[in-house]
Amino acid sequence: MSATFKWLRIVLGVAIVAALILVPMTLNRYGLYILSQWCVMTIAAMGLNLTLGYAGQISLAQGAFVGIGAYSGAILVTSGYPLILALVVAILLCFAIGWLLGYPALRVQHHYLAFVTLAFSTLAFLLFRNEEWLTNGIYGISNITRPEIFGYRTNRPLPFYYVCLGSLAIVSLAVWWLIRSPWGRAFQALRENPVRALSLGVDTRHYTLMAFAIGSALGGIAGVLYAPLTQYVDPIPFGLTLSLDLLLMVIVGGAGFFFGPFVGAAIAVLLPEWLRFTEGYYLMLYALAVILLLIYSPTGILGIADRILTERRTKAASAMRAAAQSKLEQPNLEQSKLETVR
Amino acid sequence: MTPVLAVSDVHKSFGGIKAVDGVSFHVNEGEILGLIGPNGCGKSTLFNCILGQLVPSSGEVKVDGRITTGMRPCDINRLGVSRTFQLLQVFPKLSVRENLILAGQEHRGNMLSRLFGASDAGVGAEADKLIAFFKLDHLAHEQAGGLSYGQQKLLDAAMAFIAGPRLVLLDEPAGGVNLTMLGDLKDRLFAVNRELGVTLVVIEHNMEFVMSLCSRVVVMAEGRVLAVGAPDEVRANPAVIEAYLGH
Amino acid sequence: MSNLIDLLIAGLATGAIYALIAVGFTLLWQTSQTINFAQGEFVMVPAFFMLAVMHAGAPFWLAVVVGLIASLILLGLGFKLLLVDPMLRHGVLPLAIATMALAVGMKEAVKQFFSAEASPFPSIVPVGDISVFGRLVSLQSVSVLLVAILVVVALTTLLSRTSIGHQMQAAAQNPTVARIIGVPVERMIMLTFLLNALLVAIASLLITPIYLAKFSSGEVLGLSAFIAAIVGGFSQVRGAIVGGLLIGVLDNLAAAYVSSQYRAAVPLALLIAIILYRPQGLLGRAEERTV
Repeated sequence: MSATFKWLRIVLGVAIVAALILVPMTLNRYGLYILSQWCVMTIAAMGLNLTLGYAGQISLAQGAFVGIGAYSGAILVTSGYPLILALVVAILLCFAIGWLLGYPALRVQHHYLAFVTLAFSTLAFLLFRNEEWLTNGIYGISNITRPEIFGYRTNRPLPFYYVCLGSLAIVSLAVWWLIRSPWGRAFQALRENPVRALSLGVDTRHYTLMAFAIGSALGGIAGVLYAPLTQYVDPIPFGLTLSLDLLLMVIVGGAGFFFGPFVGAAIAVLLPEWLRFTEGYYLMLYALAVILLLIYSPTGILGIADRILTERRTKAASAMRAAAQSKLEQPNLEQSKLETVR
Repeated sequence: MTPVLAVSDVHKSFGGIKAVDGVSFHVNEGEILGLIGPNGCGKSTLFNCILGQLVPSSGEVKVDGRITTGMRPCDINRLGVSRTFQLLQVFPKLSVRENLILAGQEHRGNMLSRLFGASDAGVGAEADKLIAFFKLDHLAHEQAGGLSYGQQKLLDAAMAFIAGPRLVLLDEPAGGVNLTMLGDLKDRLFAVNRELGVTLVVIEHNMEFVMSLCSRVVVMAEGRVLAVGAPDEVRANPAVIEAYLGH
Repeated sequence: MSNLIDLLIAGLATGAIYALIAVGFTLLWQTSQTINFAQGEFVMVPAFFMLAVMHAGAPFWLAVVVGLIASLILLGLGFKLLLVDPMLRHGVLPLAIATMALAVGMKEAVKQFFSAEASPFPSIVPVGDISVFGRLVSLQSVSVLLVAILVVVALTTLLSRTSIGHQMQAAAQNPTVARIIGVPVERMIMLTFLLNALLVAIASLLITPIYLAKFSSGEVLGLSAFIAAIVGGFSQVRGAIVGGLLIGVLDNLAAAYVSSQYRAAVPLALLIAIILYRPQGLLGRAEERTV
């Protein structure tokens, strides 16, 4: 990677972060709400990206996990507990449920996880709706107060937006670190070539399960933020539709790319606004656009960018190879004795 | 002494087709064993049965006296058995160095240390040594998918050795490699065998390669063992000659 | 106890319809690795084709014919050529996700171009009650059951007794070998898609009179079909049939004996139980471990 290119990326990154911090100060209540929503959805999509983009499994339950997080937040906060506690509960609960769902489903090939999560999604909705003693059923839980962070109250839109942005930053760093670690390497391996990965000692089943459980936990985190954002939680938003929306976010942005969820969530959150003039047709257009995008680039928008970059890299590598070829043909085996190996 | 690998009466059928029909042989420590036979005689299927990609229909496989039939490939690998594949299988999107670290990382520490420990799982130094040994220095940070076929072959071999295995099964390592590199490859395999004591089993079609590399040869035909012995004996065996007639 | 016979027959009737849907789903998977998440919407849509034709003034029988042809062309030919073929080269997963997008698109299209409300749909079988063993039983249920059984029998005969059926099976189980022995695999795969289109259209005709035509009915139908296919055994057509009947009966019994709030949970519980204890399904063979 050339030095100028790296520099450009850093400058761009700083500019975007600065914009995310400064520009919202000029936005109105609604704009801040949309941006906060984007932050929350990106967190959920990042979780799904771990499951789908890295471990290569379809989960149709991410919406349900967001729901579990939202209800954890709603129930605990309205009972007087701090949001942080809801965070811990949601993470543990979603991780555990993810693990329990994934363990049997992933023993078999056949994309069973997709169907198990589909079933769980329906089950979760039933639980949200029916267990009124806990969730208040279809009436929902309202008056969810926003948290106090280090003594600052975050009731107003702008401060709460910073809470969402900050959470997104923290989660992003955690996920970045995960991807950078040997676990991340194993995830990539099991996505690219599970047979080869297995033969190298990578326990694909274990890593896939972990990816799914962690991904589900991230869904829970998003949910915990969702509750004070909308300040009202009922079962309706957390059905299959949300799971499908999140799935499409990951796919459109680019499954398996770190910034895929950011792009996908932005499109999903902003699209209804842009396409408002199409009224009821916008979902159909969106579905059609997704299908066309998938046919052209199954790895989404970032996939298109990546393809362009890889082509340039391969050309560079070929050039290097041509230069290095002469070196390789020379018989200087004597130089690299085996002592260097051990 | 317990053989490093003991294959006992392994059968593998797919529906009505018997790909492996009662194969038994053993591999002694420190040997380089060749596995040859005409196309379709079941060599690769046998490898897959030994290494866990397939489960034998019946029979037993033991590594260092320990039964490994039916174990998953990752568990067999952790016992010190690794392999290369006939069709090149490196990870194209990862760099050469990353490929090697991946190949070695599961053999160090545990899941927790891999999550919270060093990014290279402590295998970085080994990876660098192997890169130097296979003369891939200038390509260390290139994406593996961008390498030439021969270079990918070297990487593939390196990946099999980084975890310090006891036994390596190579599926047609000479396939598609040009003459210049063939000599290097043979040299390096000899070196690994003699100086590191790694036992090797090699499937090959290149007769000259096999006969000059291996100390013992197993010949298969139609899913069964036809002959076992030193390269010269086997070459002179009339049954073997007939099996190869027309191939 | 007296209710039980009603429930059983009604359950078998809906179960037989689920079986048709599940069989189509399983066949698509077997022959071309297509996981069609839009299968439920595929059942929902033909009824709307027919309603549209009737709204244009045509008599019911004509609407049925046109609807069947439209299904064959759009849900069979069109689906294969426009969606499956371009996507399949990218892999199983992207294709599965594309069918999810398709499901969303189909649902919205019906909602937009037709109506968000439920519409009634005429039944091709007689309605009313008849007396069976001295008990009043829904004629509709019995006739639906008979029609569905007829279709299933025809299907199984086609698959196991005719040459075309054998070729389809060969193409499904091992396309490479099938090609070698001269089976026109590509044509057989196309036939499977057409067969699926026919099955979902028939299922639509049978189930829409009962549950009314609504843009959202695909969700439940699809889910039931997936569960039926997995419970029965994904690799077997027979499995899909048994799975469908089982789910139908279970569903109806649950409606009567389990609280209406959790009635939908019963098939889901069965799915989870099967995946835990017998992942190959009731009729499936224990899978070769494929990693």
